Amino acid sequence: MTTQQATFINIGERTNVAGSAKFKRLIIEEQYDEALSVALQQVENGANIIDINMDDAMLDSEKAMVRFLNLIAAEPDIARVPVMIDSSKWSVIEAGLQCVQGKAVVNSISLKEGKKQFVAQATKIKRYGAAVVVMAFDEKGQADTKERKIEICKNSYDILVNEVGFPPEDIIFDPNIFAVATGIEEHNNYAVDFIEATRVIRQECPHCHISGGLSNVSFSFRGNNPVREAMHSVFLYYAVQAGMDMGIVNPAQLEVYDEIPAELRERVEDVILNRREDATDRLLEIADKYKEKGGSKAATIDLSWREKPVAERLSFALVKGIDQFIVEDTEEARQMFDKPIEVIEGPLMDGMNVVGDLFGAGKMFLPQVVKSARVMKKAVAYLMPFIEEGKEAGSESAGKVLLATVKGDVHDIGKNIVGVVLQCNNFEVIDLGVMVPTETILQAANENKVDIIGLSGLITPSLEEMVNVASEMKRLNMNIPLLVGGATTSKVHTAVKIDPAYEQPTVHVLDASRAVWVCSNLLSDSKREAFVAEINADYEKTRVARAKKQNKGNRMSLEEARAAKHPIDWSAFQAVKPSFLGTKTFDDYPLDDLVERIDWTPFFRTWELAGTYPKILQDEVIGETARNLFKDAQDMLKKIVEEKWLTAKAVIGFWRANSTADDSICLFKDDERKDELARFHMVRQQIPKAEGRFDHCLADYIAPTGDDYMGGFAVTTGHGIETKLAEFEAAHDDYNSILLKALADRLAEAFAERMHERVRKEFWGYAADENLDNAALIKESYQGIRPAPGYPACPEHSEKETLFDLLDATQQAGIELTHGYAMTPTAAVSGFYFAHPEAKYFGVGRVEKDQAEDYARRKGISLSEAEKLLSPVLGYDR
Amino acid sequence: MTTREDRLAYLEAESKKRIIILDGAMGTMIQRYGLTEADYRGKRFADWKQDVKGNNDLLSLTKPEVIKEIHTQYLEAGADILGTNTFSSTTIAQADYAMEDLAYEMNVESARIAREAADEMTLKTPDRPRLVAGAMGPTNRTCSISPDVNDPGYRNVTFDALRVAYKSAAKGLLEGGADVLIVETIFDTLNAKAALFAIEELFDEQGWKVPVMISGTLTDASGRTLSGQTAEAFWNSVRHVNPFSVGLNCALGADLMRPHIAELSHIANVRVSTYPNAGLPNEMGGYDETPEDMGKALKEWAESGLINIVGGCCGTSPDHIKIIADAVAGIAPRKLPELEIKMRLSGLEPFNIAS
Repeated sequence: MTTQQATFINIGERTNVAGSAKFKRLIIEEQYDEALSVALQQVENGANIIDINMDDAMLDSEKAMVRFLNLIAAEPDIARVPVMIDSSKWSVIEAGLQCVQGKAVVNSISLKEGKKQFVAQATKIKRYGAAVVVMAFDEKGQADTKERKIEICKNSYDILVNEVGFPPEDIIFDPNIFAVATGIEEHNNYAVDFIEATRVIRQECPHCHISGGLSNVSFSFRGNNPVREAMHSVFLYYAVQAGMDMGIVNPAQLEVYDEIPAELRERVEDVILNRREDATDRLLEIADKYKEKGGSKAATIDLSWREKPVAERLSFALVKGIDQFIVEDTEEARQMFDKPIEVIEGPLMDGMNVVGDLFGAGKMFLPQVVKSARVMKKAVAYLMPFIEEGKEAGSESAGKVLLATVKGDVHDIGKNIVGVVLQCNNFEVIDLGVMVPTETILQAANENKVDIIGLSGLITPSLEEMVNVASEMKRLNMNIPLLVGGATTSKVHTAVKIDPAYEQPTVHVLDASRAVWVCSNLLSDSKREAFVAEINADYEKTRVARAKKQNKGNRMSLEEARAAKHPIDWSAFQAVKPSFLGTKTFDDYPLDDLVERIDWTPFFRTWELAGTYPKILQDEVIGETARNLFKDAQDMLKKIVEEKWLTAKAVIGFWRANSTADDSICLFKDDERKDELARFHMVRQQIPKAEGRFDHCLADYIAPTGDDYMGGFAVTTGHGIETKLAEFEAAHDDYNSILLKALADRLAEAFAERMHERVRKEFWGYAADENLDNAALIKESYQGIRPAPGYPACPEHSEKETLFDLLDATQQAGIELTHGYAMTPTAAVSGFYFAHPEAKYFGVGRVEKDQAEDYARRKGISLSEAEKLLSPVLGYDR
Repeated sequence: MTTREDRLAYLEAESKKRIIILDGAMGTMIQRYGLTEADYRGKRFADWKQDVKGNNDLLSLTKPEVIKEIHTQYLEAGADILGTNTFSSTTIAQADYAMEDLAYEMNVESARIAREAADEMTLKTPDRPRLVAGAMGPTNRTCSISPDVNDPGYRNVTFDALRVAYKSAAKGLLEGGADVLIVETIFDTLNAKAALFAIEELFDEQGWKVPVMISGTLTDASGRTLSGQTAEAFWNSVRHVNPFSVGLNCALGADLMRPHIAELSHIANVRVSTYPNAGLPNEMGGYDETPEDMGKALKEWAESGLINIVGGCCGTSPDHIKIIADAVAGIAPRKLPELEIKMRLSGLEPFNIAS
């Protein structure tokens, strides 16, 4: 395992003498072996970090801290996770820091003793290479109100980041969780203060984290664990949404949000959220009832659920994470079904789906889910021998296929569809996900002894990466077939670039439906040879044809092409000045404004249903399938809008612009047009043209001098999608997962289209009186274009970097670029706006070496770099 | 004569243009001279109370001409940066020979000898200044592993003792003329953290700093340090000093080291260095990988864009360095990746938390 990520970081608290009487006793009695097993148990129970605290009057805290950390270092199963060195005494913290080889977290420092000491301690912590928890505490005292929490945290942040040089991502704020429902009126808003402060601090202190000790909040209900657990759950439910991303939490003291009885939950929410004046009294009224009824989880265990039927018991055990009876229940279920696999497919999967739903909805938290997964694992592990036993007679896998979207690329709809189709056809699929480095792919291929590797990619830089994977496979003498697929891939590219890099069969797979056929052929003893020979012959033919086409030469030199540029009479041209210059951000664009703009034809294409919408719905063959799909899509779309599954964000900008003689577009800071703001580098066609036809380049649509403008945009409808996808994926619901991704993509395109319309009519306003219906819009019968970097008119992706800088798109719209210039979230569109009436879409086609050299010069990069960037359109072999 | 600033500016600029070459093994070369106990002692330590043969760092005081000659051979082979003969020049490591009081002098003298050799070569090739890296080895004690199997909580060295020893070594190296410092052959990350702490403390006190290189050692093909960390966990532990480079050396030959360098190359937002052994030791204790084998392997790494800095460790000689230097000449150095901002913690394994 290399990198772990989790949404809520669970800090184990059992190795804290202040929090655990048992641990304290073990340390005082120097029973270190037992104390170590407490630490081990925490890690096994899913703690991501373990908090170690030895602050007790009975102890030499410094000595105990050193001893315990040194002992942990010798236990690989414990030492694999980072430690949090927790003490109120600086000497103990420093002694601890000197014992850990990993990168630890210090808990905590604050401005309590003044700035000087705070700076000195932070400087040392930085030098020891640790992260730090900062308490919201200053010389005036501990922060209780929202305002004080924010003020102290912001002040601490500024000192740490600007004066100490502390990395902001290594700062964890603890804005103090205090007890509520104490009977003192001033305390009633404490939880709200924490939650609200958390929201602001996360915004105002970029990259920081928020943590807190959960058990404080319920302190006034000591002795009544059911109420305390409910309070913890409700508090976390809201705090996590506000941005709390780590906490000292005992998973055993946490009720599942949805499992809290409605009456109790309502009254607890009243208390936590301070919703009514009599909230405390109303919770007190019913508190005893729950105490008597449920009893404490830790003290008396309620076993009434054991009376229920076995399927319900399994589900209950999964949701609650109880593994005590799982083996006997699983055995009982096994006896009820014909085949052991049915226990997994039936009750166990049902239970896991509930867990997935609750987690996806933020109603269960990671520690609990980890426990559920463990219960599931135990059940499956128990069943495995029975399944294996039965398998000998049963069906065998058709073969093992490894799938991955290559490094730098994040698109996976197509790959996921291929995965599902293959699985339905009895192939075993190992899906490594997106952005997978070559080493990981090849290592996983070897370890799992797969029969075939399948690579996917949507953006053009992925082509280069696929060649890289192929050559690595050759270098390592691998001999399994390599499949290549995805929107950007082609038979020609596969034949010319990828196949020669790897001597073993390399096949371009046009779509998912071919995948089964290709895989079956490649893994069939009888058909393989003929199939491979046919592919090889076909590819050789492709290569020869392409070489011929290239040798035909007949390309224009760059100089000639520039002479044949699209002539526009600029003397007669009067540019329309946009309504503003600079950028404009749309933070939460209404989704219902986009739905009617959706172009459905590409949506069906995603599902490999060919035809034009709406005609496709009446198609004789696929009409019914298309209608069903369309209905599901409409249903989901409704939910997306109504339940706000997705958030649409955009940023657009307009700038003063002039073209240069060498096909670039220069943007200026002010009306003087002397200070350059940025420069876009465009690429020109080099195709021999008949009289009256031109070699196009986007720079031609911008005036070389005088008053002219261009625009840019980045839109996304992908924010929020991950939560839903996690839900579907947790439910093993590939269908809805793919449906959602496809819809998000269509919404993003619709957003780009709608935004372009508003740009034409309002923001730039050069076509204020335009009036077109949706069909005309889809046909693009309007003035002006919005080409995207990486697509035919400007095929070079790295220009997106300049565009993103100008728009500040990452900050403003939350869209990030990968190394390969793919956008995340993937449901995103970015591009340029050109307003000139003669501006039109075209494909640049092949680019010759003179242009590559010129391009390198313009961008200030090496020729080989330029050739790499232009490789998808390079007209010659490097 | 060039100044340290000139040389460092050159290194900074040059490392963007090409792969920087380190030297090869010192110990392997010293063996070729067949030195005797008397040679090691020289006149100055003729009456030393215990045997000192094998204390290679002592030769900087007793046979400086040998050390300088080896340095010069590496420079002629094409090395840009010399590592000083100070692998064990800490008060802690020298205690084995009861020479802890000489550690500081060894650092100063070793750096001075390397400086002299480098400056002489710089005079011959003024457009290509040569640099000296003050080498700081792991010592012979480990701060996070117990030497007593019956008491895993026991330690025979503390962070503070290491910090004091390393600080004195770093000071000596800079006084003798080192351009950069390299904390190398790290098999216990806690030792390295003590060294890095000491270096930063020294920089703070003297008011100026030099680039720091970090090179860890994964002790077997499992890809862990002796103290149990994975390569990424190791990097998370030391990245706070924002080093000039991070890399791996020793223990493994090129073939076994490659996946781990590839991993570092992927996760480190600083230059990546590598100086592997000439293969694994054979049953005779020698190293079998020929210069050509190594050159071929490292060329492929360079072409794959994995490395910025390359040299050789145990078993390598000027022949290796010459062939490696030629093999990677003209190949562009690895481009530094931009990483997402995350809190990157570690135990034995990494734990990264997105903001």
